Amino acid sequence: MIKQQVSDDQTTAPVKLWKVSVSPHIKSSESVEKIMWTVVACLMPPLILSVFVFGIQTLFITAVSVVSCVVVEAVSQKALGRRVTIKDGSAVLTGLLLAFVIPPGVSPLLPILAAIFAIYIGKHLLGGIGYNFFNPALLGRAFLLASFPVAMTSAWLSPVEGFGIFSYLGTSIDAISTATPLAVMKEQGLAAFTEAFGSGAGLYTSFFLGWRPGCIGETSGLLLLLGGGYLLYRKYITYHIPVSILGTIAVLTWVFGGETYFRGDPLLALVTGGAILGAFFMATDYVTSPTTKISQIVYGICIGALTVLIRLKGGYPEGICYAILLMNPLSTVLDSWFKPKRFAPPQGGAE
Amino acid sequence: MPVCRRGTPIESQDTESMLTFPKGGAHPPEFKEQTAGLSIEVMPVPDELELILGQHIGAPCTPTVARKEEINEGALVGEVKRGLGVPLHSPVTGKIKAIGTSAHPMRVTAPSLTIGVDHEADPVQYPEQDWQSFDGSELLQKVNDAGIIGVGGAGFPTHVKLNPPAGSPVDILLLNGAECEPYITSDHRQMLEHAAEIVGGAGIILKILGINECYIGIESNKQDAIKVMTAAAEQASTGDCSIKIETLQVKYPQGSEKQLIQAITGRKVPAMALPSAVGVVVQNVSTAKAIYDGVVYGKPLYEKVVTIAGKGINKPANLLLKVGTRIKDIVDYLGGLEPGLSKIIMGGPMMGFAVSSLDIPITKTTSAILFLTEDEIDTSPHSQCIRCGWCLEACPMGLEPKEIGIYVEANRAEDTEPFGVFDCFECGSCAYVCPAKRPLVQFVRLAKMKAKRP
Repeated sequence: MIKQQVSDDQTTAPVKLWKVSVSPHIKSSESVEKIMWTVVACLMPPLILSVFVFGIQTLFITAVSVVSCVVVEAVSQKALGRRVTIKDGSAVLTGLLLAFVIPPGVSPLLPILAAIFAIYIGKHLLGGIGYNFFNPALLGRAFLLASFPVAMTSAWLSPVEGFGIFSYLGTSIDAISTATPLAVMKEQGLAAFTEAFGSGAGLYTSFFLGWRPGCIGETSGLLLLLGGGYLLYRKYITYHIPVSILGTIAVLTWVFGGETYFRGDPLLALVTGGAILGAFFMATDYVTSPTTKISQIVYGICIGALTVLIRLKGGYPEGICYAILLMNPLSTVLDSWFKPKRFAPPQGGAE
Repeated sequence: MPVCRRGTPIESQDTESMLTFPKGGAHPPEFKEQTAGLSIEVMPVPDELELILGQHIGAPCTPTVARKEEINEGALVGEVKRGLGVPLHSPVTGKIKAIGTSAHPMRVTAPSLTIGVDHEADPVQYPEQDWQSFDGSELLQKVNDAGIIGVGGAGFPTHVKLNPPAGSPVDILLLNGAECEPYITSDHRQMLEHAAEIVGGAGIILKILGINECYIGIESNKQDAIKVMTAAAEQASTGDCSIKIETLQVKYPQGSEKQLIQAITGRKVPAMALPSAVGVVVQNVSTAKAIYDGVVYGKPLYEKVVTIAGKGINKPANLLLKVGTRIKDIVDYLGGLEPGLSKIIMGGPMMGFAVSSLDIPITKTTSAILFLTEDEIDTSPHSQCIRCGWCLEACPMGLEPKEIGIYVEANRAEDTEPFGVFDCFECGSCAYVCPAKRPLVQFVRLAKMKAKRP
């Protein structure tokens, strides 16, 4: 027998019809939420490491950043009359990335202000997810760097001794601040750098593992590469953007970064500063990066070149944040230049 | 291990030796195990059939019978006087009860004939004829007279396809046994149970076209069919005619005409052109079977093998149905619907049409009716495009579905032609992979209505 649902009064009410929709009727199990939360998970190891490098307060700054991003997202969406989508994880991810690119010794007030700027102005006033043409986390950092230049360029901490993760609590930042490797190199030269951080294989190893001053999440190239590698394995990102950025930074540093041409240290350029974090987690942000493979490579090369230019000739020791922000709005332009290859062009009048 | 993006991994596929199209596509879960092992079962004829007069692309048929007229099985009941079309035949012996309208999956309603079935009548016998004695044009006429259209889904009149324009000489015939849509196994069963007829049909088509090279493409998930068909093809390939089986990688949309041609011959059909522009004619394996029946037995096309599957039907099956059988009669025969049923789809889950009512009858192009429950389909709401670009990778035609969607949402559908909207054959690979669950095929259809053709 047909068990089609019929409403109670069968004589007058119309038969309930089955759902219809346009094909396809099945969808893959991937979703925006799944992607965002996977990226968040990939950023957990560097966050945990930061506690052991800079102390427990990094966790607090990160929590403030994440919570304020989520709250600002919800309030913005309510205020603008949009569906509240805080569950999709994109605000959590922005908050996490924002915390990753600020120094570990700043006041917790800073990430709150940055979250308001990044999420409300940088994301929702531009149309919400998908329409923001600047990476919100980097926009937040750029805002802080312009508004709080002293804190953002001096609140660096030396790695803690042993497991003294509570050692920075309650101390005045001014008394303990240090300088990042790139800043030392830029302002005081290679000799001072070697004196401060050592040289040779031991230096590369400790930098690669994360034992150096820097932003909260950028210090451990190893853990960031592991997370990036997982995203590659899951095919959430492709190699085109990270490889072209890191490759360009390495090559250009080797050529121009030394006392004379071809004397720069490409490996050091990759493990200092935020190159790996930027290449794998910032520049690959779907919304603000190009979509075709060729434009992704062009985009990556431009970011790498701008990074090296800022590092060597600009006013800041690290340049990848501004390099990415400068290239973000160009990604749609690149996409319109490098279109996907069509199956076959129409023949003249073939019908 | 090659992993097909945004779908299940293609395990144990020896991808080196298998043919496929190079760009795009997806690999949705196959779900064919539900019916792949079920032989074709003849469903008893219901009391009444609803024969839609427009069974194919082109002009609908004009009835050649009057109300209350008695008709025999196989008798002509409609024909196309002008324009593209094929004649329509009665699937049963019986009486025309009404000439009116029927529910239709795409057009809501469509003109139709209602036929009351005479269960007492003897089945019509069709004597076997030696088709070798006919020449090409006689064979072509027989294909037309049998009312044969592309039964794989598109429904293009077959005799037109087999009579390519003089300017484009054809040298290769392809039979499409890819059956790349999930769930559907009707072509698979046809190949297993009617391999000789399909290969015989290929021989007839080769004679009509005056060529001698035929390839039958079958996806590698149908190894048993590949074996049976290879044996049948070897037997039939004598002398100057060669019929070969090609194993295809399991990848959607492998059975799309342009993708199949590229996979097997390496040729690319230009946009807005027909396969004959590159010297190829493509037919479905079930169409070849229908051609064999139509030519050798003179039996018109009025029966169809249809896969009935999904968790929403009590007993999945591969049924041999009379064209015009209503879905509700099939549901009754198969033991009713299961709780949790959410959508009924005519065709596959990637390109099929969801139907709203069980009164809709099957047509010559119906290859499956799927009864899908809530957990088998996706009804999640869509969100804004995050520009991940997965749709660009999935598109086998190299189009930009994301841009088309964004333009349509911004009320600028008329500006979508540069993104290739008219090249889109609506395979749905883009919408399948979209993590924001955007209805990209729907956007494309809206765009096609408003954009100007180049």
